[in-house]
Amino acid sequence: MNKRLERAAPFLFGIIGLGLWQAAVWGSGIPVYVLPGPIAIIQAYAGDFATLNAAFVSTITVAAAALLVSAALGVLLALAMAASSLLRAAIQPWAVILQVTPVVAIAPLIIIWVNQPFLALVVCATVVAFFPVLSNTAAGLAATPRDLLDLFRLNGASRLQTLLLLRLPAALPYFLAGLRISGTLALVGAVVAEFVAGSGGFASGLAFRILEAGYRLEIARMFAALMLLAFAGIAIYGALGLLSHLMLRRRET
Amino acid sequence: MMKLDGVSKTFPTGTKALEGISTTIARGEFLALLGPSGCGKSTLLRLLAKLETPTAGTITWADGPPKPGEIGFVFQDATLMPWASAADNVFLPLKLRGQSRAAAMPEVSAALAQVGLADFAAAKPASLSGGMKMRVSIARALVSKPNLLLMDEPFAALDEFTRHKLQEDLRALWRRSGKTVVFVTHSIYEAAYLATRILVMSPRPGRIAAEITSTVADRPERRTAADYIDLVKHVSGTLGAVMPA
Repeated sequence: MNKRLERAAPFLFGIIGLGLWQAAVWGSGIPVYVLPGPIAIIQAYAGDFATLNAAFVSTITVAAAALLVSAALGVLLALAMAASSLLRAAIQPWAVILQVTPVVAIAPLIIIWVNQPFLALVVCATVVAFFPVLSNTAAGLAATPRDLLDLFRLNGASRLQTLLLLRLPAALPYFLAGLRISGTLALVGAVVAEFVAGSGGFASGLAFRILEAGYRLEIARMFAALMLLAFAGIAIYGALGLLSHLMLRRRET
Repeated sequence: MMKLDGVSKTFPTGTKALEGISTTIARGEFLALLGPSGCGKSTLLRLLAKLETPTAGTITWADGPPKPGEIGFVFQDATLMPWASAADNVFLPLKLRGQSRAAAMPEVSAALAQVGLADFAAAKPASLSGGMKMRVSIARALVSKPNLLLMDEPFAALDEFTRHKLQEDLRALWRRSGKTVVFVTHSIYEAAYLATRILVMSPRPGRIAAEITSTVADRPERRTAADYIDLVKHVSGTLGAVMPA
């Protein structure tokens, strides 16, 4: 009974919250262009169903593409850093600099430099998202148990064998944890890039719809796009959680 | 089997781990390196395995330096790959030498049977007890049929009951196979129970402080036998004499 209630708790909490929100909007007479209630938001979504859904697909595509590039780039750089201490010394500070520089500041440059709008958004989102994959994978590769490395050496393992049979499998949980962080960041990056690009960019993502709705004072539509962004974040987080669950589940039991 | 002549090891940090170790390890003997923590006995084992090189002195092998897989090494922790089954962990040394899984399976099964784990080939390390994991680790060291088995405090982390059982099994395995075993331990009882020769080492830098040859006969009730208890007393007395107060 208690367990069931616990499982239902987030939904109950959400419904009560939405109910209070709607009641407050009705009771206080706040105009819809300042704070729309949930019902007005659903109506706005229904009224602009096709455009908003296309925007959802557009933004999540940018985020997914950026995540894929981040994963590939992060793993490649982590491997390079694990392979040679010279490469590690060369790469690490630049990766950190790229990470600590607020990407909003780089985004306008990237938008100017990269002519293809979709590509420009993916590059921006990648710059934001790739660091956790890199640092986690690098940490995982560095944390290979020393005794196992010795065992591989004693048995005359080649560098490639050590990498494929030991270092990469040992780093997999670290990589997957990094990927989950990068997934959420890829969405943040996509949204930031769309904001900066504005109508000069891809002009069809959720962040652009939010800007557009803001200009037109269509606050309910703005909330509808925001709701879809939240769904996109949940979808990415859930998908990566499932991926990591599936990949690790059979490993250790 | 091999001869150590004035072997010393100083680490780049300046730590002197070993100084002037000279001894001859005979084929088929069970040698225990006994000493307190930090006396360099693990370093000595790593030198024998060629995982480190001595900074002074020489190690000469009767049959030339060992090739990959000719030394079985058992670490203090089982150090199994958690994502691989017991059989795949044991298969590893053969896999690294290019054997196919199918061709190696009879040897892997035999090695697992040797340590009493024939029924656990498919089990992942997470589902095995500490003692069973150590058995898998020993099977992995045995699978390539090495003549020399190096063991670095392999039973230190186990409970007393499991440790006794594994000591008995190891002793029986050594009797059966005639392998040379070098066994690092900080337990007087373990050294006295297992070894045919005990090298007592002094703390940093590690030197051979005393050498004790065991004359204890092999019998199942040795843990309570008078000659075993005499040996324990003798080793304890030696330890008291060589250790600084």
